[in-house]
Amino acid sequence: MTRNVTLPRIGTAQAWRDAARDLLAQGIAPADVVWQEAGAPRGLFDDDTPGTPGGVVRVPRSFIAMADSVIWHADPSRFARLYHFLWRLREAPQLMSDRGDADLARLRGMEKGVHRCQHKMKAFVRFREIGAPEDARRSFAAWFEPTHHTVEPTAQFFRRRFADMDWRIVTPDISVLFEAGKLRFIEDQPAPDLPEDASEALWVTYYRNIFNPARLKVQAMTSEMPKKYWKYMPEAALIPELIAGAPARARAMAEAAPTLPPARMGAAQSQLRAFASTWDANEGGLAEAVRSCTRCPLHRDATQAVPGEGPPEAALMIVGEQPGDQEDLRGRPFVGPAGQMFDAVAAEVGLDRTKAFVTNAVKHFKFTPRGRQRIHQRPDTSEINHCKWWLEAEMAQVSPRLILAMGATAAQALTGSGDRLLARRGRVEERPGLPPVLITLHPSYILRLRDAGQRAEARANLAHDMALSRDLVA
Amino acid sequence: MAQMSLDQKLAILSDAAKYDASCASSGSTRRDSRDGKGLGSNEGSGICHAYAPDGRCISLLKILMTNFCVYDCSYCINRVSSNVPRARFSVDEVVKLTIEFYRRNYIEGLFLSSGVIKSPDATMADMVRIARRLRHDENFRGYIHLKTIPDAAPELIAEAGLLADRLSINVELPTDRAVEHFAPEKKPEQIRKAMADVRLRKEAAGDRSHGGKRPPRFAPAGQSTQMIIGADGSNDATVLGQSTRLYSSYKLKRVYYSAFSPIPDSSAKLPLVRPPLQREHRLYQADWLLRFYGFELAEITSVTPDGNLDLQIDPKLAWALAHRGLFPLDVNTAPREMLLRVPGFGVKTVTRILATRRHRHLRYDDITRMGASMKTARAFVTAGGWTPGAMTDSTDLRARFAPRPEQLTLL
Repeated sequence: MTRNVTLPRIGTAQAWRDAARDLLAQGIAPADVVWQEAGAPRGLFDDDTPGTPGGVVRVPRSFIAMADSVIWHADPSRFARLYHFLWRLREAPQLMSDRGDADLARLRGMEKGVHRCQHKMKAFVRFREIGAPEDARRSFAAWFEPTHHTVEPTAQFFRRRFADMDWRIVTPDISVLFEAGKLRFIEDQPAPDLPEDASEALWVTYYRNIFNPARLKVQAMTSEMPKKYWKYMPEAALIPELIAGAPARARAMAEAAPTLPPARMGAAQSQLRAFASTWDANEGGLAEAVRSCTRCPLHRDATQAVPGEGPPEAALMIVGEQPGDQEDLRGRPFVGPAGQMFDAVAAEVGLDRTKAFVTNAVKHFKFTPRGRQRIHQRPDTSEINHCKWWLEAEMAQVSPRLILAMGATAAQALTGSGDRLLARRGRVEERPGLPPVLITLHPSYILRLRDAGQRAEARANLAHDMALSRDLVA
Repeated sequence: MAQMSLDQKLAILSDAAKYDASCASSGSTRRDSRDGKGLGSNEGSGICHAYAPDGRCISLLKILMTNFCVYDCSYCINRVSSNVPRARFSVDEVVKLTIEFYRRNYIEGLFLSSGVIKSPDATMADMVRIARRLRHDENFRGYIHLKTIPDAAPELIAEAGLLADRLSINVELPTDRAVEHFAPEKKPEQIRKAMADVRLRKEAAGDRSHGGKRPPRFAPAGQSTQMIIGADGSNDATVLGQSTRLYSSYKLKRVYYSAFSPIPDSSAKLPLVRPPLQREHRLYQADWLLRFYGFELAEITSVTPDGNLDLQIDPKLAWALAHRGLFPLDVNTAPREMLLRVPGFGVKTVTRILATRRHRHLRYDDITRMGASMKTARAFVTAGGWTPGAMTDSTDLRARFAPRPEQLTLL
């Protein structure tokens, strides 16, 4: 027995779902169903649709989402195709993820067509004002001819966007009206006669001037903005003229001889002298000199050089390796994860960081980009040697009684060797004419240790050495 | 001087803005005006409301607040030494244009940039005032992109980030040296510091406070930048190296490449030869491979000896042709990271292949239905009922893809 199902033009998606659910529950095969679109405007269900509610039917959520779009396709076979696929899904629910299946590929293609049509409608509908601009609630209207039945599924977009005004989009198919906060659909409206709108002239001016005649890519334009939409868009009338004139305009630009600067240039540029920026810290002295360092290529990739900070008369100087990601961004030493560990251990042993001069052996962050991360790179001997200039200047300025060298790079910069660090740590090394150097581990070395036991031991060693440095300068 | 009409100002200040490539309006917070108390919405994906014959999308009202500028950047139409007509919008004019265009569904929002006048702070303060008027007085919920002035005070950037969806600062050129040469008043290290500041503010706004409250979102659509290609002698390896550093250092959403194009009244400092637009296109393709396809910079740029991308074929195909030993791949067994390297397969195609092959063996016809470009891909894969045979290693394989020489001539 053949079932006839006639679906209304408004509310089609819900009507199809209701009908399909009933048919499926009754076990009626796709071959026995004839789907039709209502020719006559009224009637939610055709009379010969049996309204017997069936049992509960379970279908994959992804099917519902797809069906809710495919329903609005212009192809009259869409209802039957959906039901046919739904029928197959009963036995093979995994079909929804089988992108090689020909039926699914067809439905996905239709879905894509509807989405594209919806997208073009959101993009190319052009409103004209039909009320007075000073009305408390302004009023706009547009004429549009969508390829598929996309007015109903797209109406909510316009409602979310233009809720403080009245608007209507009239189409030869279904039209949508939004008045005083209420949305309604009506069928078969004639094309309205829309009044002139002054803002359109401004928009056309904008379109004309935002176009760059030196780069003509007509194909790229028409593939995204097919000609069939041009008649709704006031700016599109300009296109032939813009294209035709472009080569001559581009040539004229290229051939024009450079002109002399205008007379006002001198006066305008004299303003530059008054351009004080809050970014120019004007710290003066050594820190400012460090910040403008270009002694080695590292400065090109890093954000900024990070000078040491602390009281200029500090008894203890603490030297790390180089700024990390956070230090590079903030321009301050020891503020990233290693700096936080440093602060935590310092607090435990009662070492007051603000009383020490904290700096790095190398002042610029060395890294290699990996995706969205910057991977720290150990500075090489040449970079350490270049940067020793600044470290020595800081040492000369602070003249500390003791230097705590954290990690191999600091040890190398201060003692000439970064080798055998684990064996050397916890001891003070003396060199003629220089302050004594206490070697210890770098906090980031501890952060990198995977084994919890090793990490605890290394952390205890760092704490021991920091406590020792505190005592030695006390 | 006679008062300029709004139409005349718009003509000058949109003409002045066209060299900024960005027009994105996507990736911000979702919001709407269903409450009836405001205008506009933002739905995640952007909308291109029109296309100009230059192939560029028009999504935002892209204008300069003013094209008066005290800087003298040789590549810029608005440099102080140029003789272009000058104009300046009032705050009201920008607000009115944005709202009236938006109500007619012409645009997704505003992209506001400006020449620098009086001082960086004064210029930025005026731009922030426009954004504040739109957000607070007009209850505008559409998209706002502000081009920030690198030297502007941090508190102005802080407010700009709370009002705008996206902030951007142009690095202008691929190397510091080129910036110093072509844009003498701009300081590359200051531009980097400003980008670092935006990243830090954005991250701080993402952290919950101790009470679990989220602070207001800062520039929810992130920050971007633009580089002019072909004005200096940098090769593509240098350009892409700069991009990867910028992406990793400042978490940029996008780096835009803009092939240097002739401008009216151009400076004598600029090269006479313009780069082919194709170069810009290849850079975008390479940028995508680096960010979404797991390619390393050196893999892409080492294919050619001079560090420039092949203009005739896309960088993925160029890489595959140079590594034919890895192909053909069996679509039924190859891992995801290798499938992503097949020319003609996109991320979507690969996801579909992986989803489907869990259930069954894939045949050639199946792949054709998954969005792949088989004209390209077939030389590099095997599937049920298909093997490329000697095609993968054939000497004329490149010639099959490269366009014929006469098609190369660009305007």
